[in-house]
Amino acid sequence: MSKDIKIKRGLDIKLVGEAEKVVSNAPKSKTYTIKPSDLHLVTPKMMFKEGGTFNAGDPIFYSKSDETIKFVSPVSGILKEIKRGAKRVITHIVIEADGKDTYADYGKMDPATANAEQIKQRLLSSGLWPFIKQRPYDIIADTDEEPRDIFISGYNSGPLAPDLELVLKGKKAQLQAAVTALSKLTEGAVHIGVPKGVNSVFSDLNDAVLHGVSGPHPSGNVGTQINKVGPVNKGETVWTISAADLVIIGEHLLTGKFNPERIIAVSGSCIEKPKYYRTTLGSEIATFLYDAGLKDEKARLVSGNVLTGERVAPDGNLGYYHNEFVAIPEGDDYEFFGWNKPVFNKISPTRALTFSWLSPNKKYDLDTNTNGEHRAFVVTGIYEEVFPLDIFPLQLLKACMVEDLDAMEQMGMYEVAPEDFALTEFICISKQPHQAIIRKGLDLMQKEIG
Amino acid sequence: MGFKEKMNSLKEEYKGKKMAPAFNALHTFLYTPNETTKNGSHIRAVDDLKRTMNTVILALVPVLIWGIFNAGYQYYAAIDAANGIIREPSLLGNFLTWDNFVIGAWTVLPLVIVSYAVGLGVEFVFAVIKGHEVEEGYLVTGMLVPLIVPIDIPLWMLAVAVIFGVIIGKEVFGGTGMNILNPALTIRAFLFFAYPTWMSGDKVWVHNAVDLAGTPDAISGETILGTYAANQEPIYNTFDMFFGFIPGSVGETSTFLIIIGALFLMFTKVASWRIILSAIVGAAVMGLIFNGVVDQGWITETSKFYGLMSTPFWKHLIVGGIAFGITYMATDPVSGSQTNKGKYWYGFLIGFFSIMIRVFNPAYPEGVFLAILLMNVFAPTIDHYVVQANIKNRMKRLKLRTA
Repeated sequence: MSKDIKIKRGLDIKLVGEAEKVVSNAPKSKTYTIKPSDLHLVTPKMMFKEGGTFNAGDPIFYSKSDETIKFVSPVSGILKEIKRGAKRVITHIVIEADGKDTYADYGKMDPATANAEQIKQRLLSSGLWPFIKQRPYDIIADTDEEPRDIFISGYNSGPLAPDLELVLKGKKAQLQAAVTALSKLTEGAVHIGVPKGVNSVFSDLNDAVLHGVSGPHPSGNVGTQINKVGPVNKGETVWTISAADLVIIGEHLLTGKFNPERIIAVSGSCIEKPKYYRTTLGSEIATFLYDAGLKDEKARLVSGNVLTGERVAPDGNLGYYHNEFVAIPEGDDYEFFGWNKPVFNKISPTRALTFSWLSPNKKYDLDTNTNGEHRAFVVTGIYEEVFPLDIFPLQLLKACMVEDLDAMEQMGMYEVAPEDFALTEFICISKQPHQAIIRKGLDLMQKEIG
Repeated sequence: MGFKEKMNSLKEEYKGKKMAPAFNALHTFLYTPNETTKNGSHIRAVDDLKRTMNTVILALVPVLIWGIFNAGYQYYAAIDAANGIIREPSLLGNFLTWDNFVIGAWTVLPLVIVSYAVGLGVEFVFAVIKGHEVEEGYLVTGMLVPLIVPIDIPLWMLAVAVIFGVIIGKEVFGGTGMNILNPALTIRAFLFFAYPTWMSGDKVWVHNAVDLAGTPDAISGETILGTYAANQEPIYNTFDMFFGFIPGSVGETSTFLIIIGALFLMFTKVASWRIILSAIVGAAVMGLIFNGVVDQGWITETSKFYGLMSTPFWKHLIVGGIAFGITYMATDPVSGSQTNKGKYWYGFLIGFFSIMIRVFNPAYPEGVFLAILLMNVFAPTIDHYVVQANIKNRMKRLKLRTA
């Protein structure tokens, strides 16, 4: 039942500073940080006190709402610090690596012969479960729900996206193991969206349904692919897993070790030598940033994609799910008559004295300036041009803003994640924070409806 | 310290104070602000609301300039007509002349100034009281208002209407983006119902005609719609009507320039081509229906509807304010339909009702503004049904899966 996914509505954002296709080893990080804010809605219950020691792969905390969901340490070391914020909420869990690289051994597991329950228990106990996200709500998967389908995007269409072929090179065995294991956890299928007409690392995987994807961004977003293959209905759950996290799951099954190694694209116009780095989940960004070189002291550092990622400080760490790191110029400056001059060097969805439509393949050096102030929604019909889902984006956003749960439910809130609204946020003339609005709406629904 | 830095330190000084929105409005007029993105999308496209509004104003400038010259031209033409001389319009010969410009500038520019000064004043006051930024909506409204009123409208009337329109039409709903009715049309509707003698008849469309009425120098100028409504043939030929050498509200006369403005707005993607196109279709359909009725002989020349009903359907599109209304006011995204499918219906019905009102209301044959206001009210209903269709599909999908 493979079907191709072809989308027309969208926008490819081309930026300067694309990563060169070379993989370097980043220096080993001294400390590794896990931020519970990356693990949306998880309240951590610590299993160690500060000073406790553990191997890589040993559980260090679990989720307060579901004790079976364990989170493991990416490296062997000691628990250096638990930073807390307001109301003693844990904000950072800092682990100091001991450099010994000892691993907790969970033993190999053959996904072809193991049954569903064994696989599920393994994912939970060994800290792999948090890599599985669910829709609705875009949170770590509920352990009680069986997913209707599992979706994986094997194609990243975003700006400055890492080349998955490079990142996943030579990882076929790991991918196959993970896909086979996951296919046992669902009644439906494991759907993988791959670039159409390209021979990819996913091409001849077993136990999966491949879909050839074509079209502009957000065709590579898993949300787009779900919407085209089988949208989430009320009462249903689907899982999504990023391709890079599949490798970690697969490797664990094959070797019994938790090895959260990531090959990340370090890119953006503020990076001197943009390229790929082999690093580990939670590493200090300084480890690779120093080598890649930062052109501008004032650059915006983003862990993750430039459309959806999170701002980090120079002494910050790579986020839990992030496979990219981007540095772009801060735009905290005024521009004289910036609102009525003809503009050639910025991207625009319109042609209102803006000329990006003339050169669709030009690469732009965009900064973080909002190019205008926050306003009420005024212009209509423009989000639809970059929003391929069968949903009314403006109406759904408004329903979220007024917290109209019925309308949200009816208009497709179960199907979306904040990242699906990254492009509409990018082009928003009223400069509204779409992703934050959707996140808030999802959280409200999760709380009220469950 | 440069000007930019000075403005920045002033901004910091005003931060959190009551007058901050007023200062920021002036500041952001000169400079796009230094605001940066938070989390979420770290980059943003270049368009902001100011740019959008500015594009509409640019599309209005040719119409305004034409309106200025036409004011003078119609004045001198009416004087000639009173003396029994018929003027042949010629663009360079007797239209773009210094005399015309002086008369026009003297009458039109005060309208523009009053409209902006009063309207923006109200916006600033509300922004300061409610502590939000001054939104750009009035930039376009302020330009539209002088273009849709008769030339000699007393300035105090305009001021009163603007205050009413901005407060009742917009601010009570929460400001730009929240209003139900198009503010410019609210202002015009207020003028129409409060001071009808100033909004129709054959004396208001030409400068000084009201003052000279009853004197030996009396002049007049009827709009073409008024002529048709009186079952007479207009003295102007199609060429004059299309290019705009005719009496009428300041900005509505030149269909040619309005088409250029419409093309510009559609090309820049600021106005919805769906609304413009379907409104033209709607007007043509209604016009054709009326033409058909006349052809069938159901309405005869004795009927008071005969004049406008027998007007060829395409002529309806180039006379009166319909082109102006469709291009600049039906396309207002806030008061119009907000879904793409809804826009087709919204536009079509505007065109349809414009001609219907025009024909059946000979006392005041300009139907487009009432049609747009009517459809403003129904736009949410149209959107409701469009969204419901999407919701129904979703429900169907759900049933299919559970069944």
